[in-house]
Amino acid sequence: MTELRYLAPDTLDEAIGAFAKAGSAARILAGGTDLLVQMRSGVLKPGVIVDIKKIPEMMGIEQTADGGFRIGAAVSGMALAEHKSFSKVWPGVLEAVNLIGSKQVQGRASAGGNLCNGSPAGDSVPAMVAAGAIVTVQGPNGRREMKVEDVPAGPGRTNLKPGEILVSFALPPRPPGSSDAYLRMIPRTEMDIAVVGVGVSLTIKDGTVTAARVGLGAVAPTVLLVEDAAKALIGSKLDDAALAKAAAACSAACRPIDDKRGTIAYRTKVAGVLLKRTAAIAAQRATQKN
Amino acid sequence: MNLVTNNKWIGQRTIRPDGMDKVTGRAQFAADTTMPGMIWGKVLRSPHPHARIRSIDTSKAEKLPGVRAVVTARDIVDFPIANGAVMLGIQDMRWMCRNVMARDKALFPGHPIAAVAATTEAIAAEACKLIEVDYEVLPWSIEIDDAIKPDAPVLHEFNKFDGKPSNIAGRLEHKKGDIAGGFKKADIVIERTFTTRPVHQGYIEPHACLISVAPDGKTTIWSSSQGQFMVRAMTAYLTGIPQSDIRAIPAEIGGGFGGKTIVYLEPLATLLAKKSGRPVKMVMTREEVMRATGPTSGSKSTVKIGATKDGKIVAAHGTFYLQAGAFPGSPIRGAAGCSFTPYDIPNLLSEGFDVCSNRSKVAAYRAPGAPIGAYAVECVMDEVAEALKMDPLDFRLKNAAKEGTKAAHGPVFPRIGYIETVEAAKSSPHYAAPLGDGHGNPRGRGVASGFWFNAGGESSAQVNITEDGNVVVTTGHPDIGGSRAGIANICAELLGIDYRRVSVIIGDTQTIGFSNLTGGSRVLFASSIVVTQSTEKIIQTLRERAAKIWEIDPEAVKWENGAAHPVSPNAGQFEPLTLEELAEKAPAMGGPIGAGVQLNTTGADGGFGTHVCDVEVDVDLGIARVIRYTAVQDVGRAIHPGYVEGQLQGGVAQGIGWALNEEYIYTREGKVDNPGFLDYRMPVCSDLPMLDCIMVEVPNPKHPQGVKGVGEVPLVPVMAAVANAIYNALGKRFYALPMSPPKVLEVLEAPTREAAE
Ligand SMILES: Cc1cc2nc3c(=O)[nH]c(=O)nc-3n(C[C@H](O)[C@H](O)[C@H](O)COP(=O)(O)OP(=O)(O)OC[C@H]3O[C@@H](n4cnc5c(N)ncnc54)[C@H](O)[C@@H]3O)c2cc1C
Repeated sequence: MTELRYLAPDTLDEAIGAFAKAGSAARILAGGTDLLVQMRSGVLKPGVIVDIKKIPEMMGIEQTADGGFRIGAAVSGMALAEHKSFSKVWPGVLEAVNLIGSKQVQGRASAGGNLCNGSPAGDSVPAMVAAGAIVTVQGPNGRREMKVEDVPAGPGRTNLKPGEILVSFALPPRPPGSSDAYLRMIPRTEMDIAVVGVGVSLTIKDGTVTAARVGLGAVAPTVLLVEDAAKALIGSKLDDAALAKAAAACSAACRPIDDKRGTIAYRTKVAGVLLKRTAAIAAQRATQKN
Repeated sequence: MNLVTNNKWIGQRTIRPDGMDKVTGRAQFAADTTMPGMIWGKVLRSPHPHARIRSIDTSKAEKLPGVRAVVTARDIVDFPIANGAVMLGIQDMRWMCRNVMARDKALFPGHPIAAVAATTEAIAAEACKLIEVDYEVLPWSIEIDDAIKPDAPVLHEFNKFDGKPSNIAGRLEHKKGDIAGGFKKADIVIERTFTTRPVHQGYIEPHACLISVAPDGKTTIWSSSQGQFMVRAMTAYLTGIPQSDIRAIPAEIGGGFGGKTIVYLEPLATLLAKKSGRPVKMVMTREEVMRATGPTSGSKSTVKIGATKDGKIVAAHGTFYLQAGAFPGSPIRGAAGCSFTPYDIPNLLSEGFDVCSNRSKVAAYRAPGAPIGAYAVECVMDEVAEALKMDPLDFRLKNAAKEGTKAAHGPVFPRIGYIETVEAAKSSPHYAAPLGDGHGNPRGRGVASGFWFNAGGESSAQVNITEDGNVVVTTGHPDIGGSRAGIANICAELLGIDYRRVSVIIGDTQTIGFSNLTGGSRVLFASSIVVTQSTEKIIQTLRERAAKIWEIDPEAVKWENGAAHPVSPNAGQFEPLTLEELAEKAPAMGGPIGAGVQLNTTGADGGFGTHVCDVEVDVDLGIARVIRYTAVQDVGRAIHPGYVEGQLQGGVAQGIGWALNEEYIYTREGKVDNPGFLDYRMPVCSDLPMLDCIMVEVPNPKHPQGVKGVGEVPLVPVMAAVANAIYNALGKRFYALPMSPPKVLEVLEAPTREAAE
């Protein structure tokens, strides 16, 4: 039957060359925790697989001089958890990445794969959106940067151009009084898919929110940046009225479907509930000493 | 009664004989088996819930390179409907032959239409796509309400109910007294209607088999099942090969819970192997398991209970409609027969209706039907107790069945242990403990009871003493609940030797006598009877051998601590002869030592359980979590307490899944929308607290070790216990399962209608 070729280049250029040449039959392999499942179930039958885990840039975690982070697209959740300072600066992003699957899945699954898989329910994506991550992509026509929220195009689709590979995530430096959090609703306690996921990133100065971003997952064809929710939080002391307004903004942003995983009514309500809970955790982290 | 007391091995948590193989991955499951020259079988399945099959053209598939055989219903032995039932256990072969391969109609999405064997799985799958089937698509119904409507599309036109073609394939009733008169005496009557969704047994190991048919017709089957004899008989019936030519070898089994008491693949693989002359392997995908095997019924039950002010139940009426799926045979017997059985109710009518609809044929699932019925009855019991302002356990005690109570399904109870379970629940640390602070999340506690018939039936055992004086026991039941460990404990106890010297194996159909399948919580009950009798025969032989050596009367020899000892008047005259010594001397003293017993065992007593459940509800998300759980059960005698607790905990875990999240969801086209473990949500470990067990031991007087079946009762009370706990937490009752987050939130957000009620 159809043949499958597996390539594991050492450099990005080789990877892009091979990926672009093979065209639509090719797939990038990071951790494979989506790709291999889709292949085994018969949804996907790629002709060429380009494994990017041998490319150093894809696998590195680097804290930049300004205090920001650059994370290779194929870094596994476990590797990110073991980094010595990442969890202090971006606890919300880390908890989102580490919610993916189980211990076994964590050893492989990457934030890059989570984003490029294009699922509206990908756990790390709302946290990355809240964090204001910028991604670097590279293709036959060179490198470019995109806001993370601009990558998903719809369920299972991205705005990467043919031959483009996601290279890394850049997370900005954090002013004092900043932190983030991610919460998802799942019917079980683990090994499940988000019915709603909310990421919140906050900067708080003297009790007042000076900056906020809110990412919302699983309630629309793509993960959403909810600017109205952020606006409701900025300038507030996270009082009940501000939280209620932000929660309402999240519920309003929902464009969910009724499906086996949840009803429209349920998802809409839960988006607001989770916003309040996530903001409370982010605020508590942002204001705690050390 | 010859209960063994002062036990050394019975009641010990001995190391399980299959443990090492399972934790190291050496255990051979059906899918682990391979043979030289083996090819792969795949099934083409109906995409339609209901369609007449006008024609099947397999010619293109047969021409695909690599394809070695194709079979359709034409190759399967037909059991014409008009000829009447041909029963094998609880299965009618008329339905089995149409379930393994659709005959003239496809009755559910996933119904096998044809099967192909090819040199690779991929070629077999490709060939399936080349089979051309001309369907006349018919209207369909899946839900009970739709299937029993007067104008519902009828699956089996020959089936009549009230004189008209109908999907109601059967009705069963248990009756006692006069319910109309009884309800008149009631001070309080509560009637409620409940629904439950189909739930799958959820065994981790998909159905799998490898089958070889030699040119002389000798057939060998390696497969995963709850009964190698059932596999042999069904395969023989459906292929026409005599049973004497079929050797069915039971593989280690990765879960069954009742779902592996029928066959799906074996007849197809046998026919493919016969046609192709090559060994054929078939392994279902999870999706095939979810679409085409099991699950148990979805249901609609109405239960009415009337009681007097002082808390005596005077009348009860239950009506249980259960989905059978594509063919008659839903477990109405369990629903109608078990649900009221914990109680002594003078006036009772319990009715079951068997409803066919366009979903896969039901397969047994742990205490088939009983959990469905108990869910409805035990929830109404809770409401009646509340209305009477009685503690729900006191209400149950006041009405408890006991020795001498006549159960509606027939028997007058011997000494039973129901009251003991309620009392143990009442005095448990759990029931006395405060619910604790949920930090804003309401908490609640619920209780429920349950009953299951249990069973005896045919078992065979052969016990052999090896030349070095150890013991090999062969039985005929696949071990899905610890029977090997239990039997090793019993045999070691009887022989007075270390249990590690007893090796218990499961024989295949041609090496051990007929043994009924593993089901009905019968295996340890039945097989320990035949093992005990075989071992007693061996002990008798050993005493005779020692007597011969000592030249004394066999009656003057006793067997103790693994050796023969002379008793008075010869006590102390001779050195004891150990099992090893007697084995060594066996060739000269009469030959090999061994004994076998085959019986249709009787005397299985029913089992009762009472459960206590605490929940905490996140009211903003609608998530109910079980935070503490205690299962109390009359287990007769816990031969291996670790395994008994495992049975209790496993049943509870499955019940919690059934209560909170598990359900078959169907698309608008009538197909299962969640055929995998991501969206069919069984509990994972972190969803459950430690599940506490209290084993009450009221030994079965009709069993040499006092054994009662324990494997099914623990699923029966669970859904009601959880539902009653959620009510206790929220003050709102739920009348439908599962109580999943969207459904809980919907009820919580609904405007209160108390005024209207
Ligand atoms: C048991 C299990 C549990 C899971 N639980 C969760 C969960 O809780 N939450 C959740 O969000 N997900 C979950 N997943 C899904 C999956 O693990 C995640 O989406 C994971 O982040 C995917 O990462 P990966 O590195 O394995 O991606 P891969 O499978 O390697 O790739 C995913 C897709 O992205 C493409 N791709 C990968 N990297 C790049 C790149 N650098 N550039 C361009 N395209 C790329 C691939 O071609 C593929 O189409 C689970 C999966 C399993 C098997």
